[in-house]
Amino acid sequence: MKLSIINGHLIDPANQVDAKQNLYIDHGRIMAISQQPEGFIADQTIDASNLIVCPGLIELSAHLSESGQHHTASIASETKAAIKGGITSLCIPPDHDPIIDTPATVDLIEDQAAKAGHAHVYTIGALTQGLQGELLSEMLALKQAGCLGVSNGLNPIQNTLVLRRAMEYAATLDLTLFINAADPWLQSQGCIHEGMVSSRLGLGGIPEATETIAIARDISLIEQTGVSAHFHSISSGKTIGMIKDAQDRGLPITADASPHHLHLSEHDIGNYDSLSHVMPPLRSTRDRDQLQQAVRDGIITAISSHHRPLDNDAKLGPFAETKPGISGLESLLSLTLKLVDDEELSLQQAIANLTQHPAQILGIDAGHLSIGAQADICLINPHSESECQPEHFISTGKNNPFNGWHFNHDVAYTILNGNISYQKG
Amino acid sequence: MTHHQLTENGQLKHFLTIEGLKRDLLTEIMDRAEQFSSISVRQVKKVPLLRGKTIMNLFFENSTRTRTTFELAAKRLSADVMNLNINTSATSKGESLLDTLHNLQAMHTDMFVVRHSQSGAAEFIAQHVAPHVSVINAGDGCHAHPTQAMLDMFTIRRHKQYFPDLRVAIVGDILHSRVARSQIQALSTLGVGEIRVIGPKTLLPANSQTLGVHVYHDMAAGLQDVDVIITLRLQFERMQGALLPSANEYFASYGLTEDKLKLAKPDAIVMHPGPINRGVEIASTVADGPQSVILEQVTHGIAVRMAVMSMALGSRSEQQETSA
Repeated sequence: MKLSIINGHLIDPANQVDAKQNLYIDHGRIMAISQQPEGFIADQTIDASNLIVCPGLIELSAHLSESGQHHTASIASETKAAIKGGITSLCIPPDHDPIIDTPATVDLIEDQAAKAGHAHVYTIGALTQGLQGELLSEMLALKQAGCLGVSNGLNPIQNTLVLRRAMEYAATLDLTLFINAADPWLQSQGCIHEGMVSSRLGLGGIPEATETIAIARDISLIEQTGVSAHFHSISSGKTIGMIKDAQDRGLPITADASPHHLHLSEHDIGNYDSLSHVMPPLRSTRDRDQLQQAVRDGIITAISSHHRPLDNDAKLGPFAETKPGISGLESLLSLTLKLVDDEELSLQQAIANLTQHPAQILGIDAGHLSIGAQADICLINPHSESECQPEHFISTGKNNPFNGWHFNHDVAYTILNGNISYQKG
Repeated sequence: MTHHQLTENGQLKHFLTIEGLKRDLLTEIMDRAEQFSSISVRQVKKVPLLRGKTIMNLFFENSTRTRTTFELAAKRLSADVMNLNINTSATSKGESLLDTLHNLQAMHTDMFVVRHSQSGAAEFIAQHVAPHVSVINAGDGCHAHPTQAMLDMFTIRRHKQYFPDLRVAIVGDILHSRVARSQIQALSTLGVGEIRVIGPKTLLPANSQTLGVHVYHDMAAGLQDVDVIITLRLQFERMQGALLPSANEYFASYGLTEDKLKLAKPDAIVMHPGPINRGVEIASTVADGPQSVILEQVTHGIAVRMAVMSMALGSRSEQQETSA
C-alpha cells in the first residue's frame, strides 16, 4: 500500500529535521521526503496540516504480564494499547510470565506478538537464571534468540561477586545491561519515599540511599567490567550527579525517567492513593525538579512509561498491601509533551527522548524517518484538548493516577509498517 | 483528598485521624466526654443515646484494652455491639477485606470500630462503606489512633487546663507509634506551647521536624522543665530489626526513672498509652508513683469513646433523644 502524509510538521531528531514536509511511503518503508517520487500514486493520503509527524514511539520497558501474578493483560491487549499511545516498538523486561531466561520463552513472546500484529515487540533476557541472582543465564543463547540486552528486572542482585561476573559475561557478548537500581535491604521495609509523607502517614519509608548506594556499586562495577549499562527509572536527584560524573568519565552509561517521576511527587499520594504506589517510589518535589533538569541537560536521555498493567483488585486495599505500578502506555506521549507545554523541555528534545534515544539505547534501527527506514510513524495533534481517562484505556490495566488531567497533545494516527494501525476516532 | 471525615455541615462522620480537624471539634469531644464521665460513676451507667444502633468492633489486630473500652462505651450508650476478631492472615488481601466488610455491612451495621495492622486501613474502609455507616479508627498500623490521643488530651486538660502554656515530651518509639502521631497532631491543634520527641534516631521518623516537634536524643535535655511526659510502649520485635541493641540499654537511655523525672517540672504528669513494659520504658516506681496518671487514662478512655461515638452517629440520635 502506498501512503502519503502531506503538509505535516515533521520532527525527526535523528536527522535534525524540524520543518513542514511530506512523507511518501511504499512497501512499509519511507520512499521519499518532501518531493513526491515520479509515478507515485498514493492509495491513501493523510492531510497532516495541523499535525506533528514524528517517528513511532519506542518504549524501553513495558511489563505485559507479570510473573507469579494472576493477570488479565496479554501481549495482544497491551500492544494494541501501545499503538493507541503512538508506540510502535516496545521492549519487555525479563520479569515476565514466564521469566525470559530461555530462548523458548523469547520465541513464544515473538510468536504471540506476531499473531497480535500490533507493535514490534523486543525482549530483554534474564541476567541470572530465574532472576534468582545466583547462576548466570545462557546469555549467548538469549542473544541469538533476539534479546536486545540483559537485566535482572526488579530483583536486584544481592551478591556483588555474582553481579560482577554477570557484568563481565554480558560485556563479553556485547550485551547492554539494563538496571533497576535498588538496594534490596533498604528497600525491604518500605513502600513510599522516606520523608515528610511517610512520616505523616506512618508508612514504611524507602530512603534515597536505596538508589544511590545501588548506583554507586553498579557504576564501580561497570567501570571495572566495561559493560554498557542503562539505568531504568531514576527517581532521586542525588543519583543524577553520580550518573553525570560517570558519563563525563566516558563510561557507557545511559538512563531514563518515567513520566510519573517527572510529574508527581510523594505529596501526590495524598491520603493513601494506591494509584500513586510505584517502584521506585515518587520522591520529593525537589527530586522531581532535578529529574526534569537532568532531562533538559541530556543526562537522562529517554522517557519510558514503565508500563505495569494491574487488575483493579491489585490496587484495592490498605496502601502497603497494594501492588506498585502504573499502566502508562496510553499516557506516555501526552505526559511527555505536557513537559513541553510546561516549558520544561523543547518539543524536539521531548520527541528525541521518546524515539531516537531509546532506539539507540536498545540498539535497534528505528526511531528515525530516513529514506528507506521502516515506516513506523506517530502523528500528533498538538491542539487536542483531551482528558486522561484511564477507564477508557485499551490496556487491561486502568491503574493510572493521571485521571482527569488535561492534555494538549494526543495521538492522531499511528502508522506501523506503512499501514494506518490507529486513527483517533 | 479523596475522602473526608466530616459531613457537609462540619459534623463528625468518621473519626479516622486528628489531622485536619479543628480545635473546636477537639474541644467539643472533650466537653462531651466530661459530661459522659459523670455517667460512669452513677448507679445506672447507661444513657439511651444510641439505642437501636448496631456497632461492630472489627479488630484485625489483637487488643483487649482498647476493644473493651470501645465495647463498654457502646453499651453505656445503649447500642448493640458485636466484637469480631478477624485473623489478618485470612484477609491480608484487599479483596477479601472488602468482602468481609460488605458482608458485615449487609447486617445493617451503623458503625465500624476498626483496628488493623496496616497504615491507612481505616481510611480505606471508610472509603468503601455505605454512606450511612460511620467508621472509627481504633488504630491503623503506624498511622493514627485518634481516640487514644483524645483521651490523652482529656487527661492532660483535667490536670493542666491551659494548653498553650504547656511543654509536652513524648519519649520512645515515635517511628512505629500511631499513638504518637495522633498525639502530636492533637497537641498542635490545641495550641500546645512546645512538643518534644525524645528517642534514638532509629526510632524517630524521617524529617521529624516537619511534624511540628523539637527533636531530642538526650533524655535529660528533653525532659528539662516539661509539664507532661508521655512514655510509649516499646515493642520487643524492635530488637530484631536492629533498631536497638537491648531492652537494658534502652532503659538506661530512655527509661523513665525517678531521677530523670526530677528534671521535669515538679508537678509534671506521667502518661503511657499502655500496656506498660515495666523496667523497659518506665520504672515501676514511676508508673505507680504520685505523678502517674496512667490508670486515669484508661478510665477516661470510656468517656472519650462515648463522646466520639455519639457525635459520629450524631444528629439522628439527638432527634431520638428530643422526641423521647
